[in-house]
Amino acid sequence: MTRFSGRHLLGIEPLEPADISALLDTAETLREVLTRPIKKVPTLRGKTIVNLFYEASTRTRSSFEMAEKALSADTLSISMATASVQKGETLLDTARNIEAMQPDMIVMRHSSSGAPHFLSRNCRSAVVNAGDGAHEHPTQALLDAFTLRQKRGRLQGLRVAIIGDLLHSRVMRSNLWLLKKMKADVILCGPPTLVPPGIESLAPCTFRIDEAIEGADAVMMLRIQLERMSGGFFPSLREYHQRFGLTEARMKRAKNNVLIMHPGPINRGVEIASEVADGPYSVILDQVTNGVAVRMAVLFLLLGGSEVAS
Amino acid sequence: MSRGVLLKGGRVVDPSQGVDASLDLLLRDGAVAALGENLAPDDADIVDIAGLVACPGFIDIHVHLREPGYEEKETIATGTRAAAAGGFASVCCMPNTNPVNDQAGITRFILERAAAADCARVYPIGAVTKGSRGEELAEYGDLRDAGCVAVSDDGRPVSDARLMRRALDYARAFDLTIIDHCEDPRLSEKALMNEGAVSTLLGLSGVPWVSEAMMVERDVLLAELTGGKAHIAHVSTASAVDAVRRGKARGVRVTAEATPHHLLLTDQAVKDLEYDTSTKMNPPLRCDADRRAVIEGLRDGTIDCIATDHAPHTIDDKMIEFDQAAFGIVGLETAVSLCLDRLVRTDMITLGRLVDLFAGAPARVLCLPGGTLKPGAPADVTVLDLDRSVTVEPSRFLSKGRCTPFAGWNLKGAPVMTIVGGKIVFSVDR
Ligand SMILES: [Zn+2]
Repeated sequence: MTRFSGRHLLGIEPLEPADISALLDTAETLREVLTRPIKKVPTLRGKTIVNLFYEASTRTRSSFEMAEKALSADTLSISMATASVQKGETLLDTARNIEAMQPDMIVMRHSSSGAPHFLSRNCRSAVVNAGDGAHEHPTQALLDAFTLRQKRGRLQGLRVAIIGDLLHSRVMRSNLWLLKKMKADVILCGPPTLVPPGIESLAPCTFRIDEAIEGADAVMMLRIQLERMSGGFFPSLREYHQRFGLTEARMKRAKNNVLIMHPGPINRGVEIASEVADGPYSVILDQVTNGVAVRMAVLFLLLGGSEVAS
Repeated sequence: MSRGVLLKGGRVVDPSQGVDASLDLLLRDGAVAALGENLAPDDADIVDIAGLVACPGFIDIHVHLREPGYEEKETIATGTRAAAAGGFASVCCMPNTNPVNDQAGITRFILERAAAADCARVYPIGAVTKGSRGEELAEYGDLRDAGCVAVSDDGRPVSDARLMRRALDYARAFDLTIIDHCEDPRLSEKALMNEGAVSTLLGLSGVPWVSEAMMVERDVLLAELTGGKAHIAHVSTASAVDAVRRGKARGVRVTAEATPHHLLLTDQAVKDLEYDTSTKMNPPLRCDADRRAVIEGLRDGTIDCIATDHAPHTIDDKMIEFDQAAFGIVGLETAVSLCLDRLVRTDMITLGRLVDLFAGAPARVLCLPGGTLKPGAPADVTVLDLDRSVTVEPSRFLSKGRCTPFAGWNLKGAPVMTIVGGKIVFSVDR
């Protein structure tokens, strides 16, 4: 069976390529479970996992919950609306209280970059980062890589364009690390106001979407949060869509069978036109399906479950 | 004439007199009585400091003592004990207390507390504007008479250029220096650290170097316009150093300080310490080019003195998510050892220069008594042991604040005795 070197999954940056391969290979094995009539194996029976979500996220949270159930872990999901947290319990107190229940793992989504690092320093459980601020969203990058590998058979040498709000995107950061480590060619694109400083030392960056799409094997579109407009990052959604949105006409510059990806939720007509999101090249729903298998692999490898029953 | 104290057998380093020699130092009636070879007065207690270095008492002109109002973070009593333990005979305390030190009554309260604590000297800094709200000038005449040695709205900049002009101009009547915390409030909005490659990787919002540099340029120009005295607090960027350097070359009355953390750390520490909030302060740790430029400023005299920006907070203020944690770290009990080990032992600056940065220079910048061991000067002495090895252990700090990015650092060279007005207020058992 494959190995994984870490105790926590806080981000893709600290992982070795071998860790990433181990996770993707394990996901491959576990994906088969989800096609069975009874989608459940006893692998993590007796293990307790707490899902601690400080940010609303239907998609990621339900994906983790399905992965946990498929592996027969006992789970508890706690939703901490950020507004009520402001005056209430600190993260440290919450962590200590959860620790007192002796879970094996805490899966946390938090709006503060670095919150999972803080949690991992202050508790004994394994910590899985389900997205922290603008820092990382490692399981999203893993499921994106899994989807790419599934459709193209490899990651090495693929040309992947990541387009949109690079500044605020944890999905971009995790994907950038993962794709670089697995020797794919990444090109970044966004309006200059949404390009974080120093990113060009990690991957080439262009302000012209046509240039980014040119010859791409895959195009990952990032969500534009509508409140960015009030931050003065760009003048209007109309201009954003015209200059940085993915339209059918633009897609012609990509490779013939280009893969169109998006971490969701989609702003139709802003970063991506509906015809593209729903079109034949879109693998957006495959990403969602694969998310469960990838998260099963993360839980399995971190909790050292027994062999997958075949 | 009371009994004196004779510091015997040590090496005296006092750049104000160009002295670096084995000399005895006699203190009497709160003042330096004599400095010479083989002094043997018959009415003095002898303190053997063989193998140690005696310097003019160190002065930290940028300290947050938190009292009144935030006594859970620090008090004048705990802060002055921490100062003494760190080798500082005097501290200047910033006015961002609650209430703000913007009137004589509060200044007098601080001085009363300091007298009761009877440890390091405290020189209060008044507010530039009432309530440090940046709207109306505070009453500098009253503040000066009550004992304020400068004015500052530290914690925030004086953002209105017209108000800064008036402050620099008006303060001339009282010979007060305006100490400005330089940053552009809009460029700094929501910033958690320095903007650059590291903030990008960490996904933390950053403040660009320009924010500080613009404000320093403005202050230098306004000091030039008015003839007032501007002191730039905690300089952290290359461009700010350059602005001060050019101002000084034109004869503008501008001075500047740098903190040990900006001299020794970069924003990489935020990443290396994995978002530990001991790396969160304002101004933030900058990139290495900035850090090296600040050291260069220290070497060529552009930076006048070292100050700690000692900013204690409670555990609750710091043991939280990075973006929600308070800005600031403690510095009084680490500054001298850090500088001895990392600046002097590495030959970046000489011991004499360091003593000037900690004693003579801060006294000159704010026209304070002390900073020298000339006969007649206050009997304030800092004694250093250049061979003493110490490990930074926050749990042993006398300050209520424990947050420092230097925890666990092993350093060689430490303050071992602090004398204020001829009285030993701190000493290490040897
Ligand atoms: Zn300040």
